[in-house]
Parts: sequence; structure tokens; C-alpha cells
Amino acid sequence: MSGNAYQGGANRLPGKGRLTPAKTVRFSFDGRILTGLEGDTLASALIANGIHLMGRSFKYHRPRGVLSAGAEEPNALMQVSRDSARYQPNVRASVQEIFDGLRASSQNRYPSLACDVGAVNDALSPLFSAGFYYKTFMWPRTAWNKLYEPVIRRAAGLGESPKEADPDHYAQRYAHCDVLVVGGGLAGLSAALAAAESGASVIICDEQPEMGGALHFDTSIAVNGETGFDWAQKTAARLAFMDNVRVLTRTTAFGYYAQNFVGLTERVTDHLALPSPDQPRERLWQVRAKRVVLATGAIERHMVFPGNDRPGIMLASAARIFLNHYGVAIGAKVAVYTACDSAYEAAFDLQDAGVRIPVIVEARDRPGGTLLEEARTRGIEVLTRHAIASTKGRLRVSSIAVVPAGASGKGRDIEVDALIISAGWTPSVHLFSQSRGKVAWDAESGRFLPGVNAQDCVSIGACAGTDDPVALVEQAVEAGLDAANGAGSEMSGRPVIDIDHEGSDAGSWSAGLVGAVGAPESGKAFVDFQNDVTAKDIRLAVREGMHSIEHVKRFTTNGMATDQGKTSNMHGLAIAAETLGKPIPQVGLTTFRAPYTPVTFGTIVGQSRGVLFDPARKTPLHACLETNGAVFEDVGQWKRAWYFPRAGETMHAAVSRECRTVREVAGLFDASTLGKIEVVGPDAAAFLNLLYTNAWDKLEPGRCKYGIMLREDGFIYDDGVVGRLAADRFHVTTTTGGAPRVLHHMEDYLQTEFPHLDVWLTSITEQWAVIAVQGPQARDIIAPFVDGIDISDDAMPHMSVREGKICGVPTRLFRMSFTGERGFEINVPADYGQSVFEALWERAEAMDACLYGTEAMHVLRAEKGYIIVGQDTDGTVTPDDAGLSWAVAKKKPDFVGIAGLKRADLQRPDRKQLVGLKTKDPTLVLEEGAQIVADPNEKIPMTMIGHVTSSYWSENCGRSIAMAVVAGGRSRMGETLYVPMPDRTIEVEVTDTVFFDKQGERLNG
Amino acid sequence: MRKYSIFAIAREAMRGHKGWDRQWSSPEPRSSYDVVIVGAGGHGLGTAYYLAKEHGIKNIAVIEKGWLGGGNTGRNTTIIRSNYLYDESAGLYNHALNLWENLSQELNYNVMYSARGVMMLQHNVHDVQSAKRHIHANRLNGIDNEWLEPDAAKAFCPPLNISSSARYPVMGAALQRRGGVARHDAVAWGYARAAADMGVHIIQNCEVTGIRRGANGDVTGVDTARGFIGAKKVGVVAAGHTSVLMDMAGIRMPLESFPLQALVSEPVKPIFPCVVMSNTVHAYISQSDKGELVIGAGTDQYTSYSQTGGLHIIQHTLDAICEMFPIFSRMKMLRSWGGIVDVTPDRSPILAKTPVKGLYVNCGWGTGGFKATPGSAHVFAHTIANDAPHKINEGFTLERFRTGRLIDEAAAAAVAH
Amino acid sequence: MLLIRCPYCDESRPEIEFRHAGEAHIVRSDKMADLTPDEFERYFFLRDNRKGDVYERWRHIHGCGRFLNAVRNTVTDRFLMTYKAGEPRPALPDPQAQAAATEGNGQ
Repeated sequence: MSGNAYQGGANRLPGKGRLTPAKTVRFSFDGRILTGLEGDTLASALIANGIHLMGRSFKYHRPRGVLSAGAEEPNALMQVSRDSARYQPNVRASVQEIFDGLRASSQNRYPSLACDVGAVNDALSPLFSAGFYYKTFMWPRTAWNKLYEPVIRRAAGLGESPKEADPDHYAQRYAHCDVLVVGGGLAGLSAALAAAESGASVIICDEQPEMGGALHFDTSIAVNGETGFDWAQKTAARLAFMDNVRVLTRTTAFGYYAQNFVGLTERVTDHLALPSPDQPRERLWQVRAKRVVLATGAIERHMVFPGNDRPGIMLASAARIFLNHYGVAIGAKVAVYTACDSAYEAAFDLQDAGVRIPVIVEARDRPGGTLLEEARTRGIEVLTRHAIASTKGRLRVSSIAVVPAGASGKGRDIEVDALIISAGWTPSVHLFSQSRGKVAWDAESGRFLPGVNAQDCVSIGACAGTDDPVALVEQAVEAGLDAANGAGSEMSGRPVIDIDHEGSDAGSWSAGLVGAVGAPESGKAFVDFQNDVTAKDIRLAVREGMHSIEHVKRFTTNGMATDQGKTSNMHGLAIAAETLGKPIPQVGLTTFRAPYTPVTFGTIVGQSRGVLFDPARKTPLHACLETNGAVFEDVGQWKRAWYFPRAGETMHAAVSRECRTVREVAGLFDASTLGKIEVVGPDAAAFLNLLYTNAWDKLEPGRCKYGIMLREDGFIYDDGVVGRLAADRFHVTTTTGGAPRVLHHMEDYLQTEFPHLDVWLTSITEQWAVIAVQGPQARDIIAPFVDGIDISDDAMPHMSVREGKICGVPTRLFRMSFTGERGFEINVPADYGQSVFEALWERAEAMDACLYGTEAMHVLRAEKGYIIVGQDTDGTVTPDDAGLSWAVAKKKPDFVGIAGLKRADLQRPDRKQLVGLKTKDPTLVLEEGAQIVADPNEKIPMTMIGHVTSSYWSENCGRSIAMAVVAGGRSRMGETLYVPMPDRTIEVEVTDTVFFDKQGERLNG
Repeated sequence: MRKYSIFAIAREAMRGHKGWDRQWSSPEPRSSYDVVIVGAGGHGLGTAYYLAKEHGIKNIAVIEKGWLGGGNTGRNTTIIRSNYLYDESAGLYNHALNLWENLSQELNYNVMYSARGVMMLQHNVHDVQSAKRHIHANRLNGIDNEWLEPDAAKAFCPPLNISSSARYPVMGAALQRRGGVARHDAVAWGYARAAADMGVHIIQNCEVTGIRRGANGDVTGVDTARGFIGAKKVGVVAAGHTSVLMDMAGIRMPLESFPLQALVSEPVKPIFPCVVMSNTVHAYISQSDKGELVIGAGTDQYTSYSQTGGLHIIQHTLDAICEMFPIFSRMKMLRSWGGIVDVTPDRSPILAKTPVKGLYVNCGWGTGGFKATPGSAHVFAHTIANDAPHKINEGFTLERFRTGRLIDEAAAAAVAH
Repeated sequence: MLLIRCPYCDESRPEIEFRHAGEAHIVRSDKMADLTPDEFERYFFLRDNRKGDVYERWRHIHGCGRFLNAVRNTVTDRFLMTYKAGEPRPALPDPQAQAAATEGNGQ
């Protein structure tokens, strides 16, 4: 606060904490400029400045302060930004480190944090019981969408979503190690040290900015003669110096997947004032570890009592961290309400720092060991077997009312400005449970602990229920040595880690679920702060028949907020169990799901954005086509030239020109994307006999044939022209999109069904660039460039293939046509594609030929009735449906699909068959996908007998043309059918599929 | 059954909500029932509800291994639409959509059916052809589905990136305005409450370990963790576990079970007004009433009953989401989970009698069963009650894999050429 | 991300190098043309889809390209073994372990 003598906030205690007073940081909160210290979190800096009110709850909009000093925080969620695009909602103030220029603002409130109209919900809360929304908002029927839901939606949500594209980038790394240690507290560090000194490769990660875990607040533990925290820093530094160790701070292990695969997220720049633009904001580590050591610690639970959610009420451990690490006193008069010994340590620390402790309200008969005596010796009043009945203070707790346990009445008011609470500790078994290990209820300590492992991992320290620091270090060192051993490390060595523990001797880590239950019925006793779930809500859910803990969770939303129930799940379970009259383990635990804490989408995505989202495949001719004005379309992963507009030309005009030019002169087309597979070996023909419906034995070397491939169920899978280069060598082409799956399909049969065949399959799609030259002038265009091949009609008829040279480079020259014109497809090695293309195009252009794209190709082939698999067929079309039964060999004993084809339904006469359609009005172009009916006057639902598969304006025919599949289509020639469109019904005539050059004379024309 | 209403809530608010009844009871199983339904998800509970309500059969048990609604009903991304291509599918899903529109009132339980519109993005020429084919077929079947140009798609869903420089630019979208989402748990609970009110026994935590058949081969009942329970008819409605259960009756199914993962983000204020799906970029997304972005995509590649899957599947899903909606890159994944989906060879469900008399099966919904819940339950109840299919589910037989008369929605979407 | 041992490469490699290829040891008849509809249904459509140990096929598609067989538990997703295509179906190692592993949730 301005005017205060001390740097970094009025509540900063001189000489306390580990931050450096000289290193101040300026940030803002709700527009107010504040000063904190380097290393502060938003929470510690705000408390240092006397600010406890940090947020509003989800449902009732109740004022809330920070509950914790860590990742489990349910209350203090803020919107944090560096600039308008680098903005983040729902940031936990207890985790976010401050930096110069950080802007934080409160969320889920209007108009301001201190005065929020949403708080009217709090007054109406008797109506808003658990699951109330399932019971109302049903009348009138349409009001849900129009009225209720929009209101509920506006009230729900927490912060605002980002509105601008994310300017930051993210990185990803894969890593392998012998030992991954999750958690850098006393246990994790000890295990990592033992493993590392034994020679194992180690990764150790911790979510906090520095290692230390509970040593951040627990000042009672000394290690090797220095404070625990100092030892932790030195140990981390020592580990980081070793070649076989990687130390990752600000790194959360968020997910434990199959076979010891663990996801970590490292926050790289969110704490920096001026991050380098080269640095990723966050980094995803995907670690495969031989052994995972889980040293994930434990999380303190709050006490459940009426009014337990006011700002200024927080976990005892949080108060201790704020004091011992950040040097911040959470208040001047701090009461304690506890069912756990560790809260006493916090009280004593606070008292030693000059904070008054007016009372310790102890829910139990007495605390462990000599704590009661020590407290009284210190002059602190301890009320055992007492409870807090209510609290006061609108925006910060101002008093508590204390009653004897089980008593009613108003109780004794005690003035406070903060209250610390502890109901015990919940071991963090999240990752263990994610690994599918089974947790087991330990009745004695009243907690779930890791039980049976499902993967190669070990749990140590507080998460495994090991409370005593000496035993903990022993366990950790053993785990580290064992992990190194298991990984085959042969070095020996046991690190020296001597513990001097000055804390209370008994049960300072006592857990149990005291204080979770038996809260009075009046007032709101919160279980889940963020989602405003009270003990009453849990009981109501059970009363309404929600007897599974999963039902309780879903009905009340307990544990479903952004903290995922880290402080609330066990309370919810205990209250449900008590209400049901069942022991806790019989009620069961909800499943732990990844991630442990929320993970940024961008981190998971990494570099897979924009062009790297899915790499674009470009042909060897791509640059040439681009230079010549191509517009490209996406076909699968490929970029294909779609059409080549000249200045001022529409797509329609360009395509019409291209189609006309090909038939009048010639055109060049990039066919490189077609899949190409070389099938080689003595049994190559036998193999193709099995994979295609056609017969291949009689195909002479140098000739080509159109082939159809089926799946076993008899439906068309792919098609393409196959050229026989030699008795034992075939050049197979596939559709553009089909290439990978056709090769996979072939390999499957070759390797597993027909392994006796001596055949090799090689994908050659990317080895050959393919230039189609089609049109009456095609031969004249290529003739001067061809070497060693006689390309006369006699020597090289339609559907033949030759090997030779073109432009001095090797070629596989196909005489074939997908346009109905005289045509060649020139295969040249990919690296020569561009130069061959340029040579051909220079000559072709001079002869008034054109470049044409996929759209003109589609029109030209449709004029000839050639099908495109995937457009005129889908996965439900047989060869006969497509009019291709001529391509199915009748005498072969076997081919893939032979059995499927014989099934009754595939032989029905009324199957949909491919036909041509001509609109009665020749200028009308049908829409592809339009449905066809026989009776245009039928009421909806109409009987659809087929659909339009291909439809174009044909410049060459001077009219529109279309192909369609129609039920019993081939017996409907000449019939009039109807295509009902939204605005009119179009009359069409059923025709055959060849619209142009029915005799096929132009192939040699 | 106590009627739910704002007045009932107000009355209860005065007395600490002490007067609410249990929504369903936990009865001891009888020795036998007229009908036993195996699986207490939305489809199973709904089947029991319609059997009791429309077919006068009250002596029914729904037997559940875990907790009711705990399978795919409680794990899906709740998308509802009916714009399927084939007449059979369109008929079934539109029957469901018609029931969705009144389901809250029918059950007196707010299932929060929200017709926010389902928009399916199209990214290439082939996509557009396929979408138009659906739109035309839907129109002639009386199902709403309309074409939006990219600008209109952006207006309907402002966070959408329609830049032409995107890796897969948006070329348009098919929009079904009646499509939307609903609250999945409420569907299971609403059916459970209404069915229980008519005397249906819902028996949770009771695994079925066998399906018994008499000397003539007919079904006689089921063995369970709580002993034998006799039944004249047994309906198996067990989603991912169907193969396991049908195997108990000696029937090998045309099914494979795959892990399907989904995730939600942290909750934020309203930013996403509809449902968006993209098959090419491959993800789907909506925003829940609570404010979470609800996101899903495809299955893992291998069969599994583990209810977990790989992180790389989540990665691909979020790649797609951030590609379509770059503003969401800084949002955070809050929770991810997995379910087990049973997939048929033609990606259409089986809602049918079986070769075993008295045994019926409702399965094969793949990744899209939630949307069909009321329609599926309604016609399946008809099938069980009459030992014959309803006109709407006549085509969804087991026999179709023998005859070849498939309902191949996936194949109809075809592939890029 | 599963980790799969390729019996040809003799290395454990991540799942993204592999493609799952369905149930293993389904025999394609050497008289496909004579298959009845029932037989065809059994061959092409019906699957065991077991909960527990299954025999399945994978292809090391982004590695050596070979098809391999595996025994995997579909409850834990753990691989019991992998072996080369064409090798006989191995006996399952330990039925007890299998029973224990198949305790799962949900119905």
C-alpha cells in the first residue's frame, strides 16, 4: 500500500520469509497498482497488501479469499493478462507468480468484487438446493431454450474466455529415463538423489518454482544440519549439475497413462516480466520411464462448518507458507479451528512471528502428544471438544462463534481477522489412481493409500502415508536405490540424509476425517467452495436416492470444479457415508481422471497449428502450376490444381475454356497425386488376380487394363489403370485418396493370406511425377521429346505402356485417357518433373493447348461416363451397380470380394444403378447430392430412389450433364424422373452415361 | 410420485428440503420378472419406462453392474441431431428427436434438451457434395438441415475461424437447428425415477454373470451376483459390454468395443452458442450450461474395455479444436475420461430380436448413441412387448450382416478421391 | 500411448508407429466362392470382442511394415506377448492372472 514504510505490502514481516525485500514487483489487481516482491504469488502479494477478498463463488457469488497456497485452490481464481491477447481466465492466485506489469482482475462478479449483484443468489439459496434445476424450468416447454437456459448460462461460467488468437507458441519434448520422480519434497529429492548417485538416468519434476514441497512451510525439519528448505535447494542444484539428471520446476505431472507414460507440463514464461519471444510459453514433456516414483505429498483439508468460506479463513498450511516462505502475516488476530495436530505448528509459528492467537478451537478430545500443554504454556486458549457454530464478516471474517461440540445456541463470539483451519491431510493418490493402481482404505489413519500397483511405480512419503520424516527419508532412499537397480544400474552409494526433527513428537500429520461431519444444520457449511456445495446438499442427494458416490458427485457437482475436489472429495465421501450409515470404503471413491491440474490446450497441441496441423502434400509440379495461375483444392492431404483462371475469368468460364481446349487442341494435367504401387515378382499376376476382380494372366507386357478392387464384402474399394511392364512387373495406379489404404490392403493379403506368393509391393507415388497430355494434338505435343519409343497408333495403341526417354530422362509412358481423347500419361522421376513439364508446356502453349485442373478433368470424364470412385460410388456400390460387371472375371476361383458379391442383397434387381441424367431444360445444372423421386407429388417423407452423383455444365455438349445412382436405373432408360428442390421440381430423363463421342472414336482421333 | 415444480421447490425451501422422496428405490430382487433389462443406462431405463407406460408390463427389473447412468450415458458429449442420410437412420433418430422435445415434460424431470443447433463443417469439395446429399435427403424426409456459406457459419458461431488461409478452410456447413445437447445424467435419472414410480425395479451393483436358457433354448432368466433371477424376456442394453453378455447366451456378435475419450475445459462465461462438428478436421465441441467446453473426437484404434485411452488421441482432438477456434488455445483442459463404445461393421445400431427366443438386443451405437436414447428405448420396448420390431427399427436387425442389407452411414460418407 | 514390441524389429516402439488390424487367427477359406451367407457372416462380421486376453493383429506400418500378432488384455491394455504373423496361436500364459485382470467396472 502506498505510504507504507515496508516494501511489498503492509503485512510483510521484517526478517520473515525467503524473499528479498529489495526486489519489488509492481502489478495491478482490479485496476489498483500494488507492490509485491519477486517470488510472490498473486495470493501472497495481495495478502501482504491486506487484501483477502479475491473472488466470488460459482453459484451463490459469495465473497471468497484464498483457501490454500497451492494448486488445490478452489476460491481465488482470477483473470490474468500480460496484454490483450495474452490473457488467461480462472488462474489460481495461489499459483500465479507476479511479475512487473502483470494485470489481474477478479471474475464472476458485476459490477465489482466488493459489490456483486449476483450475490442475490445467496439470498435465494434455499431455492437453489442441490440439483434444483432438474426439478423446474420445465414450463412452458419452449422457455428452457429462450429464457431459463440463457439466464443460467450467463450466471454460470467463471472467467471470460480469451477473445483473440493466442500469439504464444508452445513446445513439446519426448523423454526416456530410468526413473521419473514426481514431486520434489523431502521424499522426492531423497529418492532422486539415491537413484542418481547410483547412476540411473533421472527426471525429477515439481509443480512449484522451487523444490522443497512441504519444506516450504515446515520449518521443524532440519536436514544435514541446515534448514530443510535450504537442503532442498542445495540438493536440487546438485542434481541439476549431474549429467544423468534433469530437474524440472514449475512442472506438473498431470497424467499417468499406459506403460509408464507420464505427461508433464512445464510453465516456462508465465512468471517472467519480459519473456524472450523465442521461448515457448509452456512445454509438454511426454516421458516414458522404467520406474515412476510418486512423491506427490498430501493436501490439507478444511473444516466443514457454517460460514467456513469467508475471506480470511484458510488452511493452516497455507498460513504457514505465507508466513515462513513469503514473510506475510495473514492477520493480526488469527484463531484456529482444527481436528489435526499440524494446525498447532502453524499457530505457534504465527505466534512466534508476533501474531495474536486468540483461541484454538479443537474438535477432538485433545490433540496428540504434548501440543495441548505447549499451547497453554504459550498462553493460547485451547477449547477442546468445541466447534465453530457461525462466523461473521461480509468481505472478511471478523468474528467466530464457538460452542461446545454438539451444543446448540449462539455460542461465544470471538473477534478475529483471520482463521486457520485443518481437518487433516489427504494423500495425493491422483496419479497412482490414474495409473490404475487400486487405492486401499486405511482404517487406522482414516485415509485412502496406494494399494496394489498396476504399473511399475512406487509411492513414497506423504502420498503413501509415511508421516515420520526419518522413516520417510529411509523409504525414499530405498525407492531410489531400488529403481536404479531395477534399471540395471550397478553403481552403489547411499546418500547421507540426516534428519533432525524438532516438531511435536506425535502425529503431526494426523489425518482422519474428524470435523467433516456433524456440522449443525443452520447456515452454509461448505464442502466444495468453488461449486458452493454444502454438507446439506450432500445429505439431500443421499436422501433423494443418490447412494453411489458418483451419483452424489454428479447430483451436487461436488468435486467437479476447477480444483477437481482436491480439498472436498473426502469430505463429500465422509458425509455421504455417514448419511448412508455405511463405512467409507463401501461407499467408494470417485475415479481420478487426468489432468491433475488443468492443462493449457496450446501445450497439448504444441506445434500442430496452421501449416503443421496436417502437412500439405504438394506434387513436383506444384510450383510450376502455381506460377501458371492455378487455384488449388484440398484432396485428402494433397493440394491439387483445381482450375487455371485467366485474368477476369470466373471459375465457370475457366473450366469451360479448359474443357473446350482439351477437346479442340489438347491440355496438360498434373496427375502426380494418383497413387502408384509397383507389384513385382514371379507371382505378381497371380497376386493381382486375387486382389482385383479382373483377370491379369493374359495381359501382355506393354499393355494396360482398368482394374477394380473390392473389399471382401463385395463393394468397390478402389480402381485404377494397371500397366504390365514385364511378365513379373506391374505398375498399378490407385485413386489419389486411396493410395495408402490400397497398399495397406495389398500388404495385408500378401503377408497374411497369400504369403506363399513371391511378390514385392513398393509405393512409388512420390517417385514419379505424372503429366497427362490429352487431346487431338497430344501426340504432336510430346513427339519431339520422346526418345526410343514408337508412339504411332500401330506401335503404341490405346491402353499400352512403354519405357524409354523423354526430354532425355527415363519415362514410363502410358497411352491412356481419362478424357476420351487421344492421351498420354508421362511418368518421369519426380526430380525431373518440373523441367519435363516446362519443356512440354512451352511447346503446348505455342500450339494453343491449355493447362487444365481437376474440375475440368471431372467434367471431361463425366462427358465420357467414366466414374470416380468415392464420388459416383460410395462404400455401398458393387461393380454391377456401377455398370462395370464386364470388369469382373467370371471364371476365377477366387478374388477378394467374390463371396460378398454373392449375397442375396447384392444381387437384387432393384439395386441403385449408375445412369446418366439429362435435365429437360438443358441449361439447368443439377446440384450434386440432389435426391431423385419417381412421384413428384408425393407428400413428405418422399420415396427417394436415388441421387445425383456428378453434375456439370458441359461446354462440349452444349448442355448440362449428370450421373446418378437410381434404383433399377438401367431398366428406366428414357423414363422421366424428378429432382425436387426447395424452390421447384426439376424434370430429368434417364439416359446412359456416355454423353460425348458415344463410339469412342476420339481415342484415336 | 411427487411432482417436481418451482412450487414444490419453494415449499421445500421453507423446510430445509426435508420432504423430497427418493428418486428411485433400491429394492430386493424378486425371484422372477416378466422382463429383465440388463444395463441401466438411458437406453435400458428408457426401455423399462416405455414397457411400463405404453405396454402395460409392470413386472420389470433393470439390472446394472455398477451405478445407473454410469456407462456411456454419463460419459458422452451429449450431442443430439437427426440429420442422417438413409431413411432407416433418419426415421430412428428423428423419432428420438421428436421425443427429446417433450422429454422433460413427459418425465417431469428437466433433461435440459437445448436446441442450440448442430453445425457440421465442410472443408473440401468432396465434403460439400456429401453434405448436400444429406441436406437434400433430409429435406425430402422432413428433417431440418440447411446449408450455410462460410460467412453464415461464422455468424452462427462467432469463434469459428473461416480464414481461407487455414490448412483446411471452411467451405460451408450443414446446420440442423433442432439439434443440440441435453443433460446426460438427467436422462438416466429422469427415466429411472419415472420407471421406478411405475413399479420397475432398478437393481444396481448387481452384475449379470450368465444368461440361462431352457431345454427348448428359450431364455429363462439371468444369473447375477445376487443369484438367479427368472425372466420371460431379457433385453440386453449394455453398450460396450454387449459382446460379453451375448456370449453368455451363445451368440457371437458383429461388434467391436473401442475406447472413446472426451474432455471438458475449465468453465467460462458463454462464448460458444451451438454445437460444431467437423469430420475432416476431426473434432466436435459445444459449451455446457455450466460453461465448460465439451470436446470429443474419434476412438482409439484398438479394442479395449479399459475406459482409458492415449494422450495422443486427446492431442489430435485439441489440435483440431485450436485449428478451428484459435481463441481457445489458452483455455485449459479440466477433465478427460473414456468410455467403451461398441461398433458394428456398418456403424448403425442393432435393435432387434435374436436367434434365442425371449432374448433381445439393443447395441452397436458406436460413438453416437446418446442422441437416440428416447427413440431407441421407445421402439425397443415395442420390440420386446410385441416380440416384433416397430416399423421404425425394422431394418436394424442382426440378420442384415448375413443378407448384406446394411445401413451403411459411414460408407455413404465415402472417402476422398 | 501403448508400447508395442515388434517381433521383426525386436524393439519396443510407440503405438503411433503401428496400426491395429483387428482380431487375429480368423482363417480366410480357400474356397471363398463357395461360402454360404452364414459362413461369410462368421468370417467377415462376427467377432469375439473379448473382455480379457485377446489375439489381435497389428501392423508396424511406420516401421518395418510387417503384420504381427499380439496377445493383449483388453481390460488393462497390457501386452502379454507379440509374435510373427503366420506363427501358431500361442497358449495363454496364466488363466488365473487373466481372471484377476478382467475385474473391471461398468456394465
